[in-house]
Amino acid sequence: MGIEEHLGYNILTTSLEKLVDWGRKSSLWPATFGLACCAIEMICTAANRWDIARFGMEAFRASPRQADVIIIAGTVCKKMMPAIERIYEQMTEPKWVIAMGACACSGGIFDSYAVVQGIDKYLPVDVYVPGCPPRPEGLLYGILKLHEKILQDPFLTKKYQERLALRQEAV
Amino acid sequence: MNSAETMKRTETMLLNLGPSHPSTHGVLRVLLELDGELILRADPDIGYLHRGIEKMCEYRTYHRCMPLMNRLDYLAGEVNLFGFCLAMEKLLGIEVPKRVQYIRVMIAELTRIASHLFWLGTHGHDLGAMTPLFYAFREREKIMDMCEMISGARMFPLYLRIGGLAADLPEGFIPAAWEFVKSFPDKCQDYHNLLTKNQIWIERTKGVGVMTADEALDWGWSGPMARGSGVNWDLRRDNPYSSYEEFDFVVPLGKNGDTYDRYLVRMEEMIQANRIVRQALEKLAETPPGDIKAEDPRVSLPSKDAVYNDIAGLINHFKLIQEGIKPPVGEVYQCIEAPKGEMGFYIVSDGSPQAFRLKIRGPSFVNLSAMDKLARGRLLADSIALIGTMDIVLADVDR
Repeated sequence: MGIEEHLGYNILTTSLEKLVDWGRKSSLWPATFGLACCAIEMICTAANRWDIARFGMEAFRASPRQADVIIIAGTVCKKMMPAIERIYEQMTEPKWVIAMGACACSGGIFDSYAVVQGIDKYLPVDVYVPGCPPRPEGLLYGILKLHEKILQDPFLTKKYQERLALRQEAV
Repeated sequence: MNSAETMKRTETMLLNLGPSHPSTHGVLRVLLELDGELILRADPDIGYLHRGIEKMCEYRTYHRCMPLMNRLDYLAGEVNLFGFCLAMEKLLGIEVPKRVQYIRVMIAELTRIASHLFWLGTHGHDLGAMTPLFYAFREREKIMDMCEMISGARMFPLYLRIGGLAADLPEGFIPAAWEFVKSFPDKCQDYHNLLTKNQIWIERTKGVGVMTADEALDWGWSGPMARGSGVNWDLRRDNPYSSYEEFDFVVPLGKNGDTYDRYLVRMEEMIQANRIVRQALEKLAETPPGDIKAEDPRVSLPSKDAVYNDIAGLINHFKLIQEGIKPPVGEVYQCIEAPKGEMGFYIVSDGSPQAFRLKIRGPSFVNLSAMDKLARGRLLADSIALIGTMDIVLADVDR
């Protein structure tokens, strides 16, 4: 954990909190993590036409330890699930999860024996982006929603600390 | 005491490549046994994207299988659906109008270009050349836009139907396609300028993953992988379907069977696919517009006019939607030349609206099986070139 452990909660840190939140949302680094079809649209989002760099997100990190947000792009199969959980646990706090596409949100059209019916059974999802696959604009909209969420995320409050404790307990 | 031989022997190391690795094109896991940087054994571990598509097809009606077919080889979604529709039409014994055949060929070839462009971008990116990705995506986006025109979806248009098409080509599609067809050869030259004589590219690809023609056949390779080794086999020419025999195109062949030759073959295939699209556009102009489905009440929905004003049409519509298509008892195999090789559909029908068994022969699965053969004795960095050159799509491998 970073800055939040060393500060109390007062007026000064409230302003600092806003600054830190703004910094966090402006340079979210996603993990390079593609599962299936949606990963192609994620690559399109990162490529020239939609240019995810406009949102400070072009630094796709292959190592989850350097990533802030993981975009679960595609069908999550039962064989893959332990690996995803491990990648998520390797990411450092604070971390966010975007469920991209119908499969990651709910299993999508694959209601079969091999597919996890929604990643939210295992990971705390922040933003759901529906679609099969979602258009790059859809993913960008999801990312903007995540930005809003981060801006409103007072990480020093008691509420946040409680939520964090809950999350760590679940892990 | 120790001879030089035993002194040199080192302990081997097991390296886990994937399932989360930026260069494995999805969720492939390769277990590599390494001696230093030398690969002693490469063992692909698949199944991380096994979605059970074949099983799902056994309890879905044929129409409901179609979206699943799109998602098999998701870089060329419409080509898979093309094969499935052809297999169904073979089973039902229907002939579709010429206009449908030409449009299908055109869509399939555009999708082939899109798939190869994606391969080019990611293959280059894996081997350290980032620029081709951006140039390749420039043209790929144009094809995606055309897909969007015909159905509203970018990657999975789901435009083909059993016995025809969902709708006729929309207004503005033909001019957009012509514009693409005319500009594409020049754009292809851009990619050649970036890579073909690039010394780093040549060093990374020449002599890597060599396969002779006989070996390629033994391993069951097909498509550009086999043609890179000099196997003169293309289902579009040698086993034509959907009026491919009317089109004039060259099947490019490689000589050395290495990664560089396969690169050249795929580059030339894009040019040839572009030629086919051009011919399809010319042929399309001679066919009557609106002739987009086989007039067979077993498969084609009646016109809206018949549904609203005629009891027979209404019943036909209701039966098709509620019960689905009921093909005769029998089995059929139909293969097509997908961008990655031979894509085959084997359907066993027991006369019910669901398939008794639907087996999909995915080209990526067969091509991937030679991973160990290609990687043995090569350096670790070459394994990335090999995965790239095989152009695998994990959804097609695992299904």
